[in-house]
Amino acid sequence: MLGKLSWDAIPFHEPIPLITSLVVLLAVAAVAVWVWRNGWWPYLRDEYITSTDHKRIGIMYIVLALLMLVRGFADAIMMRLQQSLAIGASQGYLPPEHYNQIFSAHGTIMIFFVAMPFVIGFMNFVVPLQLGVRDVAFPTMNNVSFWLTASGALLVNLSLFIGEFARTGWLAFPPLSEIEFSPGVGVDYYLVALQISGVGTVLTAVNFVTTILKIRAPGMSYLRMPVFCWTSLASNLLILAAFPVLTVSLALLMLDRYLGFHFFTNDGGGNSMLYMNLIWVWGHPEVYILVLPAFGIYSEVAATFSGKPLFGYRSMVFATLTICIISFMVWLHHFFTMGAGANINAVFGIASMIIGIPTGVKIYNWLFTMYGGRVRFTVPMYYLIGFMLTFVIGGLTGVLLAIPPVDFIVHNSLFLVAHFHQVIIGGVVFALMAGYTYWFPKAFGFTLDERLGKAVFWCWFIGFHLAFMPLYVLGFWGATRRMQHIPDPTWAPWLNVALVGAVIIGVGIVLTVVQLLYSIKTRDQRMDVTGDPWDGRTLEWLTLSPPPHYNFAVLPDVHGEEAYWTRKQTAIKLDQLIKEPDYQPIEMPLNTPVGVICAFFASVCGFAVIWHIWWLAILGLIGAFAIFVWYAWQDEHEHIIPVDEVRKNARERRRIRMEHLHTLSQST
Amino acid sequence: MDLFARNGDSDSQVCLAWRLVVLAPAVLLLSACNRGILDPVGPVGQAEKTILINSTAIMLAIIIPTMIATVAFAWWFRRGNTKAKYLPDWEYSGAVELVVWSIPALTILLLGGIAWIGSHDLEPSKPLVSTRPPLKVEVVSLDWKWLFIYPDQGIATVNQLVVPQGTPVSYRLTSGTVWNVFFVPQFGTMIYTMPRMTTRLNLQADRPGVYDGLSAHFSGDGFPGMQFKAEVLPPDQFAMWAQGARGQGPILDGRGYSELYKPTSYVKPMTYGAVAPGLFDAIVANKAPAQMMPHNPTTTEQGAGQHAR
Repeated sequence: MLGKLSWDAIPFHEPIPLITSLVVLLAVAAVAVWVWRNGWWPYLRDEYITSTDHKRIGIMYIVLALLMLVRGFADAIMMRLQQSLAIGASQGYLPPEHYNQIFSAHGTIMIFFVAMPFVIGFMNFVVPLQLGVRDVAFPTMNNVSFWLTASGALLVNLSLFIGEFARTGWLAFPPLSEIEFSPGVGVDYYLVALQISGVGTVLTAVNFVTTILKIRAPGMSYLRMPVFCWTSLASNLLILAAFPVLTVSLALLMLDRYLGFHFFTNDGGGNSMLYMNLIWVWGHPEVYILVLPAFGIYSEVAATFSGKPLFGYRSMVFATLTICIISFMVWLHHFFTMGAGANINAVFGIASMIIGIPTGVKIYNWLFTMYGGRVRFTVPMYYLIGFMLTFVIGGLTGVLLAIPPVDFIVHNSLFLVAHFHQVIIGGVVFALMAGYTYWFPKAFGFTLDERLGKAVFWCWFIGFHLAFMPLYVLGFWGATRRMQHIPDPTWAPWLNVALVGAVIIGVGIVLTVVQLLYSIKTRDQRMDVTGDPWDGRTLEWLTLSPPPHYNFAVLPDVHGEEAYWTRKQTAIKLDQLIKEPDYQPIEMPLNTPVGVICAFFASVCGFAVIWHIWWLAILGLIGAFAIFVWYAWQDEHEHIIPVDEVRKNARERRRIRMEHLHTLSQST
Repeated sequence: MDLFARNGDSDSQVCLAWRLVVLAPAVLLLSACNRGILDPVGPVGQAEKTILINSTAIMLAIIIPTMIATVAFAWWFRRGNTKAKYLPDWEYSGAVELVVWSIPALTILLLGGIAWIGSHDLEPSKPLVSTRPPLKVEVVSLDWKWLFIYPDQGIATVNQLVVPQGTPVSYRLTSGTVWNVFFVPQFGTMIYTMPRMTTRLNLQADRPGVYDGLSAHFSGDGFPGMQFKAEVLPPDQFAMWAQGARGQGPILDGRGYSELYKPTSYVKPMTYGAVAPGLFDAIVANKAPAQMMPHNPTTTEQGAGQHAR
């Protein structure tokens, strides 16, 4: 009846997961009661959970990412603590079966449920606004994408309370992940969670590629799109091409585990090398799926806070597309030490290095964007400069790893761990924090506290370097990754410095929460009444903060690369706004329960598959499918916003803009 | 470039001079640079270290000015600086574009050449040039220990690799269970050990001593206990060691291998006085006795629990 599920799955005898489970359950219950008692439930349901508004969905993605960041960071600090304690004669406080789950969960969560939803959250929130349109191409599907991602995150976290997570590392290499060597449900949690969230990610890519290619404001030609839209397009094209490969590799492994197939097993003609190739055919583009939108964020920040257009826009677009294409031709550099032969190693090594050229060009373009500008040292600008300083070192170590004979001595070592954290924290996380600060006022109508924001930056910047620079040194000493126990006591000082660094990053994460709460409390002092708090250059700053559901009363006419900046300068010069247009009623998509219901059944189905409860799995599958059938039979998917409401809001906005214009023209 | 590939003597003089003038962190860093892959004991590791340091130097020559320019531009063009010129419309310059594409392109051209030549010179399967005939060693990674078979000597060791000084060693490697990576940092190149497959590696150690070896690819719960010692002996002592080991201790036949195959971790070094011929190839073919039996997961758990050493 219940498959493999029994009371043994609950960790009654392991205090760490048990207490964590109870605390999380209590916290969730407390939040639910708090929301319900304050009567916020209908608001939450109508404005967020069932919303088809790309801005609301974007915010939900980012909330998910921030929650998962806390989980992933808790894993990180536990690992650092274990490696500082389990040295020489001591075995520390985590036995291998627990430690191995933690590092596997850390990698899986940080990539799939922190970095991905954070990046996709920004695409959701920003891209339609920057393109000057009202929504994405498929608003209902957008809602489904989010909830499927959340379903994957739920299953990964459920493994903490019920059963176990994979103990194989975040890519679950066979044969270790095969049923013979990993008989528990851990790998199944991993596989099923990623399959479900992977569907969500691919749907997102379909949505955004369609949106960017087909739905843009009048006059917004490809070479007038903001760089963030370009990098989002490149990133979504990569998702479309790479994620199906992930789905297939995980599906083949599932066939091995569930039905006794022999794709990657040691016997029956299986070949585990195939999985290694397939997973990195996805895995390497994945890095660029994350970092290209990050580059887009930096480009927006650099131009805005330097008070200048981005230097070398076309060069930037070209560099983005070059990276997009070459990133598919480099996967083998993840296993030069497999013995593929000199020619293959050299070709893939050189292809990997070539990516360094467009990336280097980007660094110089941001540098020359600052040249001749009026640089404002706001929080996003701190992140940009911090990124430029640290990312070049991450690039250096990356090129070193791309040289096969160097990789032969640092592959899989802590040097590698330091390298990819340097590009992912220094590259992606810094961008996400910059974007969070930059677009927060657009989302909520008030800015975040600047002082606390700078404190958070310094925690990340100093904490990161303390946490990972020592790992480069240990990598030189031959220290490898994923060690539950440290054999050599002389590593201790460096590991302790790394622990201090992790604690400082932890302080930064706590301060992020403090900053948010403090900023909400004191929001009256920092209201963004103009909709343009940073003197921005792209179309999202044209509308109000927060924008109405339909974003723009009339789709803006775009002339030139910096749509809003040009319009603003003309208006300042003429001291008047463009002629009041003829307002029309606006058709907008209705809310939908499809996403959350589909994700509920997908979670049920996934959980049942993990525990081999087949009747429940079939029930879940039917439920998830039935909701789409129900949706297909609905006749009304849109509602009309009457012209009076549109006109009233638009006139109010014009009044505010006129005042803003006067202040701007006085200040210049 | 040769500046960085000094021999040991001048290295220590430089280190001494530095210690007099710089503070503790720098001392720590300097002492950190004389270990592991930065203190190779053979030609392969030495060549790889040279490439590592030369490539780093080439890139630092570009990166350090870029970092300085980043801080300098940001600071000079700060909004409050009235002396800085403001070019609100300056967004393109063909000359600058040419330079910013050329600098990384030329760097990568240079490094690409290094990568191409280095990949071919240091290809792991390529035999080393030497007047001495290579010693053959067959390496098998198991859960969670290393088996080293010396086919010509007819002996085998566990978690203890013994090689003669100044003699090329030709390794054939495989795994009896899951993937691992064979790595002795001070020897140089690491390589995967994969079940049902053979990889080849050629290394040489010129300095007698005992060096740390490890698995550099996670392989399960007993993984941190997969450390071994690599001992480099002068050739005559190596011959004596091999001679003494032969016929002594247990025999690695089908039964011996089945026993060894059981998952254990933190295994003490041991020697087999005799090895069944063709054992390595049987393991690669998945026909060694223990592999015929299913890998018992409950033993895995127990093996992982045995952490007392």
